[in-house]
Amino acid sequence: MADAVFSTLVEAPAPKSNMGEPVPRYDARAKVTGSALYASDVALPDVAYAFLVTSAIAKGRVRSFDLREARALPGVLDILTHGNIGDAIRPVKFFTEGGPASNSVLPLGSPEIAYGGQTIAVVLANSYEVARDAAHRVLVDYEIDRPSATFASPGAVDQELATQNKKHDDPKVGDFAGAYASSPVTVDVSYSTPAQHHNPIELFATQCSWTGAQLTVHEPSQNVYGIKNGLAAQLGIEPSQIRVVSPYVGGAFGSKGGLTQRTALVAVAARKLGRPVKLVPTREQGFTVATYRSETKHRVRLGASRDGRLQALSHDGFEVTSRPDPYAVAGTDASTRMYACPNIASSVTIVRADRSTPGFMRAPAETPYFFALESAMDELAVALAMDPVELRRVNDTMKDPIKGLPYTSRALIPCFDRAAEAFGWAKRDARPGSMRDADWLVGWGCATSAYPTQMAAASARVSLFPDGTARVETAGHEIGNGLYTVAAQVAAERLGLPVGRVTVLLGDTDLPPAPVAGGSISTASVCSVIAQACDAIRARLSDGTTPTGDLVAALKERGMGSVQEYAEWVPHGAPKGAMGMLYRGAAQPTGGAKLQDRIQFAFGAQFVEVRVHARTREIRVPRIVGAFASGRIMNTRTAHSQYMGGMIWGIGSALHEETEIDANAARYVNTNLADYLVPVNADVVDVEVIMVPEEDSQVNPLGIKGIGEIGIVGTSAAVANAVYHATGQRLRDLPLRIDTLVTGA
Amino acid sequence: MRPFLYDRATSADLAASALATSADAPLVQGRVDAEYLAGGTTLLDLMKLDVMQPARVTDITVLDARHGTITVTDAGLKLGALVKMSAAADHPEIVARYPVLAQSLTLAASAQLRNMATLGGNVLQRTRCNYFRDTSWSACNKRNPGSGCAALDGVNRQHAVLGASEACIATYPGDFAQALMALDATVDIVGAAGPRTIPFAALHRLPGSTPHVETTLAAGDLITGLSVPPGPWTRRSLYLKIRDRQSYEFALASAAVALDLQGGVVRQARIALGGVATTPWRARDAEAALAGKPINEATAADAARIAFAGSKPREHNAYKVALGQRTVVRALLQAATLED
Ligand SMILES: Cc1cc2nc3c(=O)[nH]c(=O)nc-3n(C[C@H](O)[C@H](O)[C@H](O)COP(=O)(O)OP(=O)(O)OC[C@H]3O[C@@H](n4cnc5c(N)ncnc54)[C@H](O)[C@@H]3O)c2cc1C
Ligand code: SF4
Repeated sequence: MADAVFSTLVEAPAPKSNMGEPVPRYDARAKVTGSALYASDVALPDVAYAFLVTSAIAKGRVRSFDLREARALPGVLDILTHGNIGDAIRPVKFFTEGGPASNSVLPLGSPEIAYGGQTIAVVLANSYEVARDAAHRVLVDYEIDRPSATFASPGAVDQELATQNKKHDDPKVGDFAGAYASSPVTVDVSYSTPAQHHNPIELFATQCSWTGAQLTVHEPSQNVYGIKNGLAAQLGIEPSQIRVVSPYVGGAFGSKGGLTQRTALVAVAARKLGRPVKLVPTREQGFTVATYRSETKHRVRLGASRDGRLQALSHDGFEVTSRPDPYAVAGTDASTRMYACPNIASSVTIVRADRSTPGFMRAPAETPYFFALESAMDELAVALAMDPVELRRVNDTMKDPIKGLPYTSRALIPCFDRAAEAFGWAKRDARPGSMRDADWLVGWGCATSAYPTQMAAASARVSLFPDGTARVETAGHEIGNGLYTVAAQVAAERLGLPVGRVTVLLGDTDLPPAPVAGGSISTASVCSVIAQACDAIRARLSDGTTPTGDLVAALKERGMGSVQEYAEWVPHGAPKGAMGMLYRGAAQPTGGAKLQDRIQFAFGAQFVEVRVHARTREIRVPRIVGAFASGRIMNTRTAHSQYMGGMIWGIGSALHEETEIDANAARYVNTNLADYLVPVNADVVDVEVIMVPEEDSQVNPLGIKGIGEIGIVGTSAAVANAVYHATGQRLRDLPLRIDTLVTGA
Repeated sequence: MRPFLYDRATSADLAASALATSADAPLVQGRVDAEYLAGGTTLLDLMKLDVMQPARVTDITVLDARHGTITVTDAGLKLGALVKMSAAADHPEIVARYPVLAQSLTLAASAQLRNMATLGGNVLQRTRCNYFRDTSWSACNKRNPGSGCAALDGVNRQHAVLGASEACIATYPGDFAQALMALDATVDIVGAAGPRTIPFAALHRLPGSTPHVETTLAAGDLITGLSVPPGPWTRRSLYLKIRDRQSYEFALASAAVALDLQGGVVRQARIALGGVATTPWRARDAEAALAGKPINEATAADAARIAFAGSKPREHNAYKVALGQRTVVRALLQAATLED
């Protein structure tokens, strides 16, 4: 399914060593022409519309509803509340406690309010407009308790993560305190990052329809088997009674990975009405219908000898979570393992407030924790009067400093060297404020990017037909990551077909299960199992006689109608029973720093130029260069777009994005895309992506590391380091804002 | 959005009278039961959010044959109320002779919005205060008089440091109005009692204790046009808008500046401020301080200080005092270097 228009318009990087072909996106034409049907596009006959009523308070309870005016509107079918839903939805556990839920508050389970924006009623009507109008007419009488909004709010409770999540262990080695005390050069600095929301353009739609006892769910998802199994538990039915369909996802970034409250509510509504129900929450409601990246604080202490070698490193992280759920990203797992250092300490503290439960958002752990680590490294470079690239070089390591295990491969320094050269780093005058262009202060900064190489069990079915076509079936997820394209590529390569002859079916629980599209595991996991199925086809058709022959010819020779192979693939280090967990929608990614015998990460380096107006101090980023080494790159076109997207988001994360929280109400304030800022085209001028060739035969047979998230990691630190270089002002709180620069604080 | 009656105006007078005679004549903006529909980019947004609930919406876009033209003569500039933002922004004579007007429009919103939105609607756009725009916040005096103001001790980074009251600190968000203020524009209105013209500076009201009353327009008043008098300062004018991102964002601080310089000395300076005040804001004291002086770092800084002398910052918007001053200084210095 080649896309001629795009292949001529977009100049994709030329294939290089261990780099796949820049095949145009399999789904490009369907998406550009609008023929790709997203969850809310699916037209179900006689559909009813749902509109959510969400809580205006963050803590307390609903004393009563006055539904008279809403119910009186012509076209209103029903209004679900805790008072009338009964026990239609059963409680399920939070995912770190073995359950499927991204938020363990029972949907419409009681009058209690656990967070602002919690769904408290669902209005059902014959049209969207009537449902919305009626929802606005629902009157709620609340009993309000004083909520805790965030860090240090009265009533917020600090807990060591290790006491709340048995799987968490704070990485440490050696004697940090002693080594820090005796280090000749030290930095001891604190940073913070704000709450952020994914805001994918596609809203959090759900459509449910029942046919007898069978339920079909159309919902954009990064984990269709997770939804299927979790929803079955909530509804008290068999997973086999549920089909989840999600062939296209209009942006997810982690927000569509979990089982949110809405799915069960729509399913129950559809059952109650006896007709399909469609819910498309508003952009505003999306801020609490799904998850978010919660705000974090950090204290980083670094001690080094005068030649820059780290002697002591400590990273203490603090993360806000909800009252019921101990969500944490615990980025110390990665941040303590980047550099050679004999003495390391770390801790993670979660802070419980009256907020919705946070969740995964692109590089959940690394994005905030590397802002802290990589800013602190820059501060250390300044304290040492050392070039920041040299500081990374002298502290490079080929083994995990915590456990001493070897990295399967690590090309951090080649990434720094390639990016530095492309950027022109050698021309940098290290003195802050020294590089100026008329009214603009120019600053250059850099930072390390890294992301754990993880995979999970996956299954797939591949069929080869005598007409020279093939079909790949797996319930992997196309979230813009390019999975359709790389799945077709790997099958085409293994079966010896042109890529345009391969059909790929994804995102449907009628297909063999694939793991969640998260943790950058999709390409490595799904391509590995597809390759395995293709190899099985080859083996069946060759019978040992024609091992490299033309498979289609062999198929025809045998007079077969088709040949089909189902395969299961389990990565190195996967837990026992990984396949069963996959089928139950609970595949556990493994890899990164979790293995017993080795450590595996992808690495990168990012260089940023900022311009800060000398007088009014607005910050602009005219140029950013990132070099990444992530093993085999399946498709340089889709990879380029992943890296670039990550870097652009990194610019936004550094300068624009922040979910504002009302400290009194513990509620989000800027819940729309005019006030929740993300970069616009004018903010993104020159983005250069360099793919550094790397081979890693250990991570998986194809040597794929996964690239979905690394592009955003470290970008915000590189921007902050560049702002320091431009202005001499060290901004330690994201987003980096004009507010601090003009007041000189 | 609630059901409403939709009708279309056929002429300015008809539209005005239809509204004025509606049974429950509205008393306050935002709570009135009838509204004109121009580009709809403010009105329809706020109706969907349930912030505005007009019972009747009168579409005035059909009036653009009458009130949709731009006339530039030596007697000044006349802009019909239904002129699209984009049309005025790109008009060559406005770009050349009234750069501050063109720039304030070009730097506003997005291309799509500018193609929809009208100048009449633009000057009446409503605040972006999030507590106002989301009805689930109970305390907002502007939306619900007497209910309090959640922004006073809430998230108020965007809010005003000038012209605020204890009842409301919401920023007037627009850009174009600043340029109109600086150029002493006037507004043509047709009301129940017939046509009248008022200074643009008399259109908006300070919040005081009645922040829900935003303008001096009476129920049913229709803006038909805007007039900008000529002057030696209109060419030497500019609009400087400072924001977190490069485009498509409301101002954190902005300055509309127009200068009449003779031999490097100020004969007249016009300064209007945006992003920092509750209404379009003219800094007359600062202007007076510049009269008879050259524009340089010291005089500009002095003017900027005077412009913000009365500011009352809150927890998160104190930076606007510093930023606003820097914006004024930069705008003045830049305007002074413009070619005659
Ligand atoms: C995402 C976004 C970003 C924006 N960014 C900016 C920005 O950066 N800078 C900026 O300046 N603006 C910005 N705007 C605001 C935009 O410029 C205004 O919404 C627009 O100018 C309003 O014009 P309209 O014709 O659409 O008005 P409408 O929405 O049709 O009307 C607005 C109000 O004025 C009344 N009205 C309209 N015309 C008349 C008339 N002739 N007489 C009497 N009453 C009338 C209506 O009844 C209504 O109450 C932005 C808007 C959005 C949605
Ligand atoms: S500042 Fe004004 S608009 Fe905002 S909440 Fe207060 S009263 Fe309402």
